[in-house]
Amino acid sequence: MPKFISATPDSRLLPFPWDTALEEWPADLLVALPRGLSRHVVRFIQVGDSVYAAKEVIEHLADHEYRLLQDLKRLGCPAVEPIGIITGRRDKNGEDLDPILLTRHLEFSLPYRSLFTPGVRQETVSRLLDAMVVLIARLHLIGFQWGDVSLSNILFRRDASAFAAYLVDAETGRMHPQLTDGQREQDLDIARTNIFGDFLDLQAAGMLLDPFDPLQLIDSTIRRYEELWKELTGVEEFAGTQRERIEGRVRRLNALGFDVAEMDIETDSGGATIRIQPKVVDAGHHQRRLMRLTGLDTEENQARRILNALDSYRFRSGQSQVAEAVVAHKWLTEVFEPVMASVPPELGAKREPAQVFHELLDYRWYMSQREDRDVPLLEAVNGYVDEVLQELPDEALGTENWDESEDR
Amino acid sequence: MATVKFQGATRIYPGSDHPAVDKLDLEIGDGEFMVLVGPSGCGKSTSLRMLAGLEEVNEGNIFIGERDVTDLPPKDRDIAMVFQNYALYPHMTVADNMGFALKMQNVPKAEREQRVMEAAKLLGLEEYLSRKPKALSGGQRQRVAMGRAIVRQPQVFLMDEPLSNLDAKLRVSTRTQIAALQTRLGVTTVYVTHDQVEAMTMGHRVAVMKDGLLQQVDSPLTLYHQPANLFVAGFIGSPAMNLLTGRIVEGGVQMGDYVVPVSREVLEKAKGEETLTLGIRPETFSVADKGIAVDVSVVEELGSDTYLYATQSGLADDEKLKAAQIVARVATGSPGRQGGAVRLGVDPEKIHIFSNESQLRLS
Repeated sequence: MPKFISATPDSRLLPFPWDTALEEWPADLLVALPRGLSRHVVRFIQVGDSVYAAKEVIEHLADHEYRLLQDLKRLGCPAVEPIGIITGRRDKNGEDLDPILLTRHLEFSLPYRSLFTPGVRQETVSRLLDAMVVLIARLHLIGFQWGDVSLSNILFRRDASAFAAYLVDAETGRMHPQLTDGQREQDLDIARTNIFGDFLDLQAAGMLLDPFDPLQLIDSTIRRYEELWKELTGVEEFAGTQRERIEGRVRRLNALGFDVAEMDIETDSGGATIRIQPKVVDAGHHQRRLMRLTGLDTEENQARRILNALDSYRFRSGQSQVAEAVVAHKWLTEVFEPVMASVPPELGAKREPAQVFHELLDYRWYMSQREDRDVPLLEAVNGYVDEVLQELPDEALGTENWDESEDR
Repeated sequence: MATVKFQGATRIYPGSDHPAVDKLDLEIGDGEFMVLVGPSGCGKSTSLRMLAGLEEVNEGNIFIGERDVTDLPPKDRDIAMVFQNYALYPHMTVADNMGFALKMQNVPKAEREQRVMEAAKLLGLEEYLSRKPKALSGGQRQRVAMGRAIVRQPQVFLMDEPLSNLDAKLRVSTRTQIAALQTRLGVTTVYVTHDQVEAMTMGHRVAVMKDGLLQQVDSPLTLYHQPANLFVAGFIGSPAMNLLTGRIVEGGVQMGDYVVPVSREVLEKAKGEETLTLGIRPETFSVADKGIAVDVSVVEELGSDTYLYATQSGLADDEKLKAAQIVARVATGSPGRQGGAVRLGVDPEKIHIFSNESQLRLS
């Protein structure tokens, strides 16, 4: 009898053929989605309105990964959500089958391969790698050594003009109270090799066009990680007369999307020098601010963009002296909700609402430039829907640009 | 290739008051296959990670060859962690899957090809080099992953429980392959496992650890026949050595109504102690007229041998519950049936005798 281990029991899982090896499940139970590189059998299944990824894997690894993913969720790190483990599986001949680990498929997520259509711009690749850098740094901040950093083990979501990265595979991960430099360096070393392999594989598949210098891209990615890590955790020392540098450091971290929850500040006995070091930093500075003001749950750069729109609404509507929360509520009901209501619901699978709003802001800006007037958002929305959104592929399940033959 | 030396190497985790690895002194010879084994939390993985540069060394030093690597970053140590991850790239050939990391290190093409070819020969993958990984079996994919580490030609291979992530079918075949490959390559290898059978079958020498302390380092046979202390005695061997405690009496140790003879020389070493622990391997017992009286609870007939599971006779009911189970491997057809009583004799020369105070071997 299969045994279900889950924090959120779901009776809809019971009828699935757990006594059959995942590889042999009938196609009508499966959802055709791109699967990353994995040494295990992975399939996607539809359960109610959700799509789950099912991975057949030996018991202690399933258990290890399930618990790690739960830890990452509890600590607010971007990773796929663990649903449960099905153990005690036996086939019809009584042979033991490996357990299955279930995770929720991340909506609107894009495996990197689907973004590498021939002719991909180097800038897009840089943005993917930037998102990866932020993910690695966030994982390292909470003491998570990944052990298998690679583009294949990441899912990307659009985040305004950038991307947000989510960890997909935690099998090789380990949680430590704090990472040593050696552990971080090893992750970077693995990242370097794996990303190089990912690029060579894309090249072999004819998905990378010249000129493209993987090594140079990888080096600059590692450099960006090192800069970010230094900003997030580095010690800064300055003269006691330069106290504004404490504020400056906090602002720089905010601009990078991080809040400072705890900062170590030391002065020498005479107060001639000050030494500061952020001790606890949390990602999601703009996300949290937008959530507090409007209740909208978005990615970090989408939040940054929407907050800018909100600030400009406050200024333009002459409400600079009105409390921010009050203005935010008005903006939500007078601007955001009417605009989003004008987007036909049948196009909902094209983009997430926050991404639609970001793209609409872009569209409105170009339209205003073109027509040399300040086009209202509600007016721009029809053009955006007809000229842009309508034409985009569905990304809710991310099945576009996927070649079945890649399935392994 | 190189030697590896831990010299008083200590790791204390932040916030912990006792070391995870305590003054480890261990020398690993050039080309040696050294297995670190012990129960969970014994410090074996931490030791390996210290060697890999993943854990700080709070005291002491680590050398690879003549080089002190204590403070070097992992990538400068010329080591390879095998089986860290081995997803294969679907559009690249097996040869490219094995050799791509060399390209990143700017190794010239001819040399890359040569190293890949050599590794493929060792791994029996020559005929697959130009194929895509999709065409490979699970075991062959596993070998490609090994090939990735081999082509790097590191000074030392590090393996942290590499078989624990494989399914049962692959585990046995991979164990044999790793051992055979290590012999052929002759690269110094440090291998961590919690499984004493794996340790005994693979290592040239085995280092047994417990609570951060090295207990004994020796060849598998020496560990088996000359365990240095009670922990090693109980840890090495399957089924485990019987460890029976009895009172010291004139000429030996009292076990029920029988005195197990112990030499004067050994008893002299135990001066001042009241009890001793006798270590007896299951296979050294035989059913005899003279010996320790036991009540047999289970008899397992395996064809070639018979296993008797028993407890010492003459114990009070509450003592029986606490008494260690005695396991004896005796010849098929020996007397002894479930619920019956027999005497188990043993050649005094084959008894291991341990002090209960120091836990050390006295015989």
